[in-house]
Amino acid sequence: MSTTNPHNAGPPLWLLAELTYRCPLQCPYCSNPLDFAQTQQELTTEEWVSVLRQGRTMGAAQLGFSGGEPLVRQDLAELIAEARHLGYYTNLITSGLGLTEAKVDAFAEAGLDHIQVSFQASDPELNNAVAGSRKAFDQKLAMARAVKEAGYPMVLNFVIHRHNIHQMNDIMDLCERLGADYVELATCQYYGWAFENREGLMPSKAQLVKAEQEVNRYRERLQQSGSAMNLIFVTPDYYEERPKACMNGWGNLFLTVAPDGTALPCHSARLLPIDFPNVRDMDLQNIWYDSPGFNHYRGDTWMPEPCRSCDEKEKDFGGCRCQAYLLTGKADNADPVCSKSSYHDRILAARKAADHATAGLTELVYRNADNSRLFFRG
Amino acid sequence: MNEVPRFRRGFRFQWEPAQESYVLLYPEGMVKLNGSAGAILNQVDGQRTVADIVASLEQQFPDAGPLGKDVSEFLQDARHQHWIELS
Repeated sequence: MSTTNPHNAGPPLWLLAELTYRCPLQCPYCSNPLDFAQTQQELTTEEWVSVLRQGRTMGAAQLGFSGGEPLVRQDLAELIAEARHLGYYTNLITSGLGLTEAKVDAFAEAGLDHIQVSFQASDPELNNAVAGSRKAFDQKLAMARAVKEAGYPMVLNFVIHRHNIHQMNDIMDLCERLGADYVELATCQYYGWAFENREGLMPSKAQLVKAEQEVNRYRERLQQSGSAMNLIFVTPDYYEERPKACMNGWGNLFLTVAPDGTALPCHSARLLPIDFPNVRDMDLQNIWYDSPGFNHYRGDTWMPEPCRSCDEKEKDFGGCRCQAYLLTGKADNADPVCSKSSYHDRILAARKAADHATAGLTELVYRNADNSRLFFRG
Repeated sequence: MNEVPRFRRGFRFQWEPAQESYVLLYPEGMVKLNGSAGAILNQVDGQRTVADIVASLEQQFPDAGPLGKDVSEFLQDARHQHWIELS
């Protein structure tokens, strides 16, 4: 197998296996594509095993099983066992719905290293309203406890937006009570369904500043008490002036395989007007090093101004291609988060709108198959 | 020196051929270890004391001189990073 690797790309150390787009929840900030319901023909067990083997040979060490809800797949335990056998550090990223104590134990036996359970809020009422599921919260609590009981490191994930950002202290208290090792407080980023619902989700600057202060105070208290609970607060791009080094560079570290086998340089990239290869048609080595899709934004010859002459281009690679595409209509453009972008006013306008937003939860477009069909019915 | 280091729950230490180095893997993260960090953590098995580890490394690297201070400092740092526990 020969590859050219014209851009001297690093190996895909991180492999994200999106096993399915099926999910019992309807979170209005889901990062799955809007037209996910159009996807048919999920990869078979054998096809996934082949992807895992190829990825491991290329150097992938971290493996995420995600979705949709990966528990929907009946072959999950089999895939976990194969991944562990290959030497991956395996992460299950789940809503907790469909999980049982028996599965928690069976996955541990298969060699699963870590289960991340997502929550939508610190109380059942709000949690279930955001998730679009009446029983979600109680199930999540029970499964968080089962994960802890089984001896896994416990990672809890909360997506933060204007409807739950007032709960920061309650959320951190809940995590401490559950004995979390890591807590991801990930302020919503605006791709997929979240972009569609941006006005109804984006917190105001004042809300964000308050939340960050609360996290910092909590962190100090944890440090003083010698707690190992680690709080990771992700601030939204829309309140930054410098763009992020998205995915550590296009096709440089991170490889996503979508449920139908489409290989992507990040889990949002499917929205870009680029042809991405499929693991059914090409081996992973060629996909990563040689395919036009993966080479599209490697290097910097593709960059227009202001990136081209910018002295920070090797630091941030011009930011996020998906954000550039969503906000300017052209994925080559500088990420408008950058204050040098001629489209930065669109970010400023979104911030201004967030100061005056009044939309309630019920006005959001929930992520489900019916709503998804609206995005591809011509 | 009589303390026994062990990896914290959820941390896995292994050799990665593609990176030609030892790495430490944990939930959604990976640290690529330099040569000396890899050599020290390779001795951590939940049985051996810090003193055992120092003795073993001094035998393995006879030209390096006394290693007690460096190894202890590194393991304290690793504990501070929450990679290992010492008890």
